[in-house]
Amino acid sequence: MTLSSNGKTNFSLEIPTIKFTKLFINGKFVDSISGKEFETIDPRSGEVIAKIAEGTKEDIDVAVKAARVAFDDGPWPRMPGVARAKILTKWADLIEQNIEELAALDTIDAGKLYSFCKAVDIPGVAGTLRYYAGAADKIHGEVLKPARELHAYTLMEPIGVVGHIIPWNFPSTMFAAKVAPSLAAGCTMVLKPAEQTPLSALFYAHLAKEAGIPDGVLNVVPGFGQTAGAAISSHMDIDKVSFTGSTEVGREIMISAARSNLKPVSLELGGKSPILIFDDADVDKAAELALLGIVFNKGEICVAGSRVFVQEGIYDEFEKKLVEKAKAWVVGDPFDPKVQQGPQVDKKQFEKILSYIEHGKKDGATLLTGGKRVGNKGYYLEPTIFSNVKEDMLIAQDEIFGPVMALMKFKTIEEAIKSANNTRYGLAAGIVTKNLDIANTVSRSIRAGIIWINCYFAFGSDIPYGGYKMSGFGRDFGLESLHKYLQVKSVVTPIYNSPWL
Amino acid sequence: MANLILDSSFVKIPTIKFKKLFINGEFLDSVSGKTFETVDPRTEEVISKIAEATKEDVDIAVKAAREAFDFGPWPRMPGAERAKIMMKWAGLIEQNIEELAALDTIDGGKLYSWCKTVDVPESANILRYYAGAADKIHGEVFKTSRNLHLYTLMEPIGVVGHIIPWNVPSVMFFAKVAPSLAAGCTMVLKPAEQTPLSALFYAHLAKEAGIPDGVINVLPGFGSTAGAAISSHMDIDAVSFTGSTETGRRVMQAAAMSNLKPVSLELGGKSPVLVFDDADVDKAVDLALFGILHNKGEICVAFSRVFVQEGIYDEFEKKVVEKAKNWVVGDPFHPKVQQGPQTSKVQFDKILSYIEHGKNEGATLLTGGKKIGNKGYYIEPTIFTNVKDDMLIAQDEIFGPVMVLSKFRTIEEAIKKANNTKYGLAAGIVTKDLDIANTVSRSIRAGIIWINCYFAFDTDCPFGGYKMSGFGRDYGLDALHKYLQVKSVATPIYNSPWL
Repeated sequence: MTLSSNGKTNFSLEIPTIKFTKLFINGKFVDSISGKEFETIDPRSGEVIAKIAEGTKEDIDVAVKAARVAFDDGPWPRMPGVARAKILTKWADLIEQNIEELAALDTIDAGKLYSFCKAVDIPGVAGTLRYYAGAADKIHGEVLKPARELHAYTLMEPIGVVGHIIPWNFPSTMFAAKVAPSLAAGCTMVLKPAEQTPLSALFYAHLAKEAGIPDGVLNVVPGFGQTAGAAISSHMDIDKVSFTGSTEVGREIMISAARSNLKPVSLELGGKSPILIFDDADVDKAAELALLGIVFNKGEICVAGSRVFVQEGIYDEFEKKLVEKAKAWVVGDPFDPKVQQGPQVDKKQFEKILSYIEHGKKDGATLLTGGKRVGNKGYYLEPTIFSNVKEDMLIAQDEIFGPVMALMKFKTIEEAIKSANNTRYGLAAGIVTKNLDIANTVSRSIRAGIIWINCYFAFGSDIPYGGYKMSGFGRDFGLESLHKYLQVKSVVTPIYNSPWL
Repeated sequence: MANLILDSSFVKIPTIKFKKLFINGEFLDSVSGKTFETVDPRTEEVISKIAEATKEDVDIAVKAAREAFDFGPWPRMPGAERAKIMMKWAGLIEQNIEELAALDTIDGGKLYSWCKTVDVPESANILRYYAGAADKIHGEVFKTSRNLHLYTLMEPIGVVGHIIPWNVPSVMFFAKVAPSLAAGCTMVLKPAEQTPLSALFYAHLAKEAGIPDGVINVLPGFGSTAGAAISSHMDIDAVSFTGSTETGRRVMQAAAMSNLKPVSLELGGKSPVLVFDDADVDKAVDLALFGILHNKGEICVAFSRVFVQEGIYDEFEKKVVEKAKNWVVGDPFHPKVQQGPQTSKVQFDKILSYIEHGKNEGATLLTGGKKIGNKGYYIEPTIFTNVKDDMLIAQDEIFGPVMVLSKFRTIEEAIKKANNTKYGLAAGIVTKDLDIANTVSRSIRAGIIWINCYFAFDTDCPFGGYKMSGFGRDYGLDALHKYLQVKSVATPIYNSPWL
């Protein structure tokens, strides 16, 4: 395992000035009512990047009032979809003019690879905005076929004021995934970015205003889950909440929504996604796919392939190649173009992962490689692989959210399916095979929301994405996700003397 | 004072053939041996003792449904085969219309003629509608921006819990069961404790039609025990609920606290009807009165708030009171009766208490307001006017034959008043003016807008709430989505001539 430039300041030239540190409400950057602030930390060094205004309940109330006026009386829902599309497209353009600065913000806030943010995450935000801009004037209701002399049709109406609560692992992608479809649908919103990663969200808000998003339509309130987040889920004047994050917090949000005004919620939660590698796989490619599946974004991704099942015919060769590749993996400063894995996002996650690694060892799994911290500054961890894992061990059941793989063997396809489904989660799954029948049967048999055959992390704006079982419900991306922000209204009138029904 | 008919010459009480829990294809006693009584609201007498399901029975039923889903034939059949069985079931229902209608009449106090000509036949129609959809459930193939072959599968979500209300026992049964069966799901259904009888008969007919064991399980019982066991069950994949807002809250919380199962809720309403100056006053009066008295006001979409434009208000008020005074209340088997008894003592007492509130708050009682007779839960059609928007009788769902009648001047005022409610289920607009119809139908925040009609439901027309009337839609192809999950499948492709 190679360590590169651990926490060194070679790349300090890339750190941007933090321009936006306040709450964005009704088109303006304002201090929080309480005057409170919180610190956002750079996980490469553990040091404070900046103080950010901290939104609490009072600020959420002000933001919701602004969003409510913008929805009930403002121009946004009343514009034709094509007019909203123009503004969203302008916003996408402005984002593309600021890629490097935005990428750097996510890198220092979350420890994500700078090169990946620059090449994929940030351009992805613009791409998602353009995708939904293109959909905004194609939101169709239907005219129905009643059994009596009635003219009946449905209107797809914007649901109203939406609350978005997004996580820290993909601050830009998540921002776009929630904001773009809800804006296209004509909704207004209050978004709380994760307290670990508020920086890019505030910059996006600034660019939104420049692009012409009317005041009050998009409000961004950094703050903490138990205060600002709870205020959103329990707000009596928010019509819907869309949440991506941990299963535990998702539970609290659904309960608050039920206790307050019974607002519908959509939840995208955790995962313990399996990758099944069959005997006919190219072992080298499969090992690469599996490794990437767990170390991509330092394992801080809900669809991480954290349980890898390899058919016994190729197991020994696979294990050997996998460990070799893991040992060669480059962990270090995420600005360094040679680095493949940055630091975990914060101390809390870092310690949680190390604690799961201890559990794995105590429960009797075999540690093939990794298991330790890298360096003594910043939250860097070695890619870690356990084998001889029993399915009921904690490291095989709990979501670790770090670069820790549970590697297991299987004999038959039925066994593989059973093991794959032996989890309370159901977010993603990978299948590595060229056999058509295996691919078709297994993709139907695994209870998960996205199945990747001979690939992993294949996301796209047009690809609906979300969970089965305790990974949640509701879909992001694709035209599916518009439905979260629309309500169906049926309109019925009797007709007379119609030549046909 | 409304006319009361209690003549029993038309009464046809059927023998109660099915009184036990229906689990895994058999009628069984509950594990605890408990039973409860179902009461006839026409007479306040006990019809029958019914087996009472509690948590243990729900566990057994869920196990049977899980087995039927994970290993049984139902989800693995082609849609066309599920359709065949559902069609057979519809045919058997049509052969037993009178008996089923009589069960709902004695259980729920509903009009026998309505059950016979509408509710029960409609139940068969709902089955046929979704049978016809079962082999047309499509995923999509996508246009990706990279070399990927990408499609979605619409898969049955699994074991579904259905909790249905007592006001329309037959239609509610099929509104939930038909789409979930068509989608390939298996289920555990708890009918309301006030109205278990037709549900158990439908279960018997399901078995005769060939629905495999374990696919449909029907467990009569109470909300706080059997209902709670369903919403909090760790092995139920989704819950579909129609009922009160308060219970809906509990169902959603229990779902969150257990396994985070998705829920769909169809809750209460305080639906407005707006009558504009150009309306035919007689027709508008008929519509408004039907809107609050149909099914004795025990309907979530009841037009409980009537707003009449000032130009025609006086004539409207005069005519609606006259017609209300002549409304025929009585035994629901009698063909001349227009309004049967309220379903239970609890409801009966609650409605009378709201009427007292109305009087105490200072509204004007134009007609009605009292119970009728001294046996059975009969209440007079009741109309209040001079009601302030913030009075309890204008804000709370009363679920009885109590109308709140008010005046408005402009269209903007009407829209504002219509939307001044935490609910958003239905709304009526009475006008022939095209612009008023279009503007107002978009402006009212409610899930179904009826222009110059009321209660115009259709199996192809989605139905559900805005705001605190809930979320999720019944009927139409929309309802299938509650019982399906979207699975995306992606594979790289090579050397493709096009993307």
